[in-house]
Amino acid sequence: MEKILEVKDLKVSFQTYGGTVQAVRGVSFDLHKGETLAIVGESGSGKSVTSQTLMKLIPMPPGQITGGEILFYGDDIVPKSEKEMENIRGKDISMIFQDPMTSLNPTMKVGNQIIEGLIKHQGLSKADAKKRAIKLLELVGIPMPDKRVNQYPHEFSGGMRQRAMIAIALATNPKLLIADEPTTALDVTIQAQILELMKELQAKMDTSIIFITHDLGVVANVADRVAVMYAGQIVEIGTVDEIFYDPKHPYTWGLLASMPSVDNDTKDELAAIPGTPPDLTNPPIGDAFAARNKYALAIDYEEEPPMFQISETHFAKTWLLHPDAPHVEPPAAVKLRQRQMSSNFDKPVIVKEGI
Amino acid sequence: MTKYIGKRLLYMIISLWLIVTATFFLMRIAPGNPFASEKKLPPEIEANLQAHYGLDQPWYQQYFDYLINVVTWDFGPSFKYKSQTVNDLITEGFPVSFVLGFQAILIAVAFGVLFGVIAALRQNKWQDYSTMAVAVLGISVPSFIMATFLQYFLAIKLQIFPVARWESFMHTILPAIALAAGPMAYIARLTRSSMIEVLANDYIKTAKAKGLSGGVITVKHAMRNALLPVVTYLGPLTAGVLTGSFVIEKIFGIPGLGFHFVTSITNRDYTVIMGVTVFYSILLLLAILLVDIAYGIIDPRIKLAGKKGE
Ligand SMILES: Nc1ncnc2c1ncn2[C@@H]1O[C@H](COP(=O)(O)OP(=O)(O)OP(=O)(O)O)[C@@H](O)[C@H]1O
Ligand SMILES: [Mg+2]
Repeated sequence: MEKILEVKDLKVSFQTYGGTVQAVRGVSFDLHKGETLAIVGESGSGKSVTSQTLMKLIPMPPGQITGGEILFYGDDIVPKSEKEMENIRGKDISMIFQDPMTSLNPTMKVGNQIIEGLIKHQGLSKADAKKRAIKLLELVGIPMPDKRVNQYPHEFSGGMRQRAMIAIALATNPKLLIADEPTTALDVTIQAQILELMKELQAKMDTSIIFITHDLGVVANVADRVAVMYAGQIVEIGTVDEIFYDPKHPYTWGLLASMPSVDNDTKDELAAIPGTPPDLTNPPIGDAFAARNKYALAIDYEEEPPMFQISETHFAKTWLLHPDAPHVEPPAAVKLRQRQMSSNFDKPVIVKEGI
Repeated sequence: MTKYIGKRLLYMIISLWLIVTATFFLMRIAPGNPFASEKKLPPEIEANLQAHYGLDQPWYQQYFDYLINVVTWDFGPSFKYKSQTVNDLITEGFPVSFVLGFQAILIAVAFGVLFGVIAALRQNKWQDYSTMAVAVLGISVPSFIMATFLQYFLAIKLQIFPVARWESFMHTILPAIALAAGPMAYIARLTRSSMIEVLANDYIKTAKAKGLSGGVITVKHAMRNALLPVVTYLGPLTAGVLTGSFVIEKIFGIPGLGFHFVTSITNRDYTVIMGVTVFYSILLLLAILLVDIAYGIIDPRIKLAGKKGE
């Protein structure tokens, strides 16, 4: 499969009154054509900053890319100027935001908000763009699109607004769609419909998707691969099966154990991860998760763990994978589900460079 | 929409009636009368004058006569300006005041919005600090001090503009600026804070994510939303400019309606005071109605009653 995106050791920080917040601290991943990568992690772990940096949407200043590369079809986005970015945003890379109630302009007709991108990137006339907008609204499942196109966002329900957002994002057939918690603000039935719609459109258009969410249940539904973020770093990344059935990082264990599900025996363990994420103005030495980790080793407080590779696609950043580490058992909820992965290497190997 | 406007007009008439009634009785309660002066008039002459202007009638008679006059748009003769009716004064004075007020509103809105937008886009940079410093000055310096200040520096010292009077376009500039300064500063601050709030909204990020340029985002997405509070302020702004013009017209010797109004108050010129008050009230009520209608057009979320949403 063709690789469309390669992020290498990306570092982003924000200058604030309280000091420099290191929001993203060396993130590396890649993305193939037509693939969906989910990014999960607690609030503040840097999911939004990472994904918005891919389009250089973070406010700069106070934000700053302090290192790394973002190769989009082999072309580094980091040094690009604002003018150059305007020709990538909304054309090659699009974005859907969390709250459909606030991400549409309340004083502009929905149709006009769709055609802006078409006129800018495809040079369509206003009339043609409007015809296209009606088609798009129909495509995302909005009834009576020729009437809806002239309505304002407040005349749409939450679910319909998110459909309209999807229409805006997909109007120009982007190669990459970033969806930042697109269903979090919607109720469950609408959530399922929106996810269904996204999958359907992805299959039609062969778009790659980066899907950010808190909800591991959603992940299992939509993603091919999953990246788990903690304190500005990817601590584990792998295929959905690898993350759900053979997780290696204690933080991933914690997330899975706190996920309610049918096959999770809720009476003994549905544990929230204790403690709070570290202060990113002053990231701790060693493993950032150590202070909240009941499996922490002495070395976790001294030296940052390297990335270990467990299979061709599975990586985790924990000292527990080191040959000298003691063997620990994951929590019951995780163990219950654990499977032996045939694709795993004989033993984890340390990766020097980023993935 | 027509139903809405009809209803609003009805309310306007009720407000107007209340205003007329209140002014009428306040005027009677106020001590002194139009013919009081240092030199006491002989009682017969005063009685004659009272009779001529209908002041010898019982109060309810005077009140109803006056209501009829208002409805027929005839505010009667002036007590002091001999041989001039209040209607004459309004037809003469209003066009002058209108030009002055209109220019002032134009200046206040155009520059207020411009400075506010610049300050917001350059938040916490020197452009922001300097415009806001000037705005604080503009708000805290009263218009009559601003007026004398402008007269002193721009007219007397630098001789760019005429000091006073109302003869050419050049004459209109200083009074318009003096009148506009306060509202302009207020609009600048209003626009700035509203712009900053709007720029932090998600839909601005959506617009940016579409690849739109900074200019297009500012004008098409941010300003339209940021200017809603400014539109709301246009009602009070009109009132402020009206009352401000009393002082400014007096200082610059401009023969506008405000000038006549102030003179008529010192003269206890009942009919002029009442007539001009009624006229100003109608003007204000109309301005507020227009602002409300404009707001409903700009902000699609506001549904004017009678125009039912589905
Ligand atoms: N404009 C900014 N200025 C300063 N700090 C920022 C800014 N934007 C983000 N941050 C910081 O960067 C870190 C990562 O934030 P980010 O929004 O990426 O988290 P997230 O993983 O998306 O969380 P959530 O699940 O709540 O959306 C946080 O510590 C946040 O405070
Ligand atoms: Mg986020």
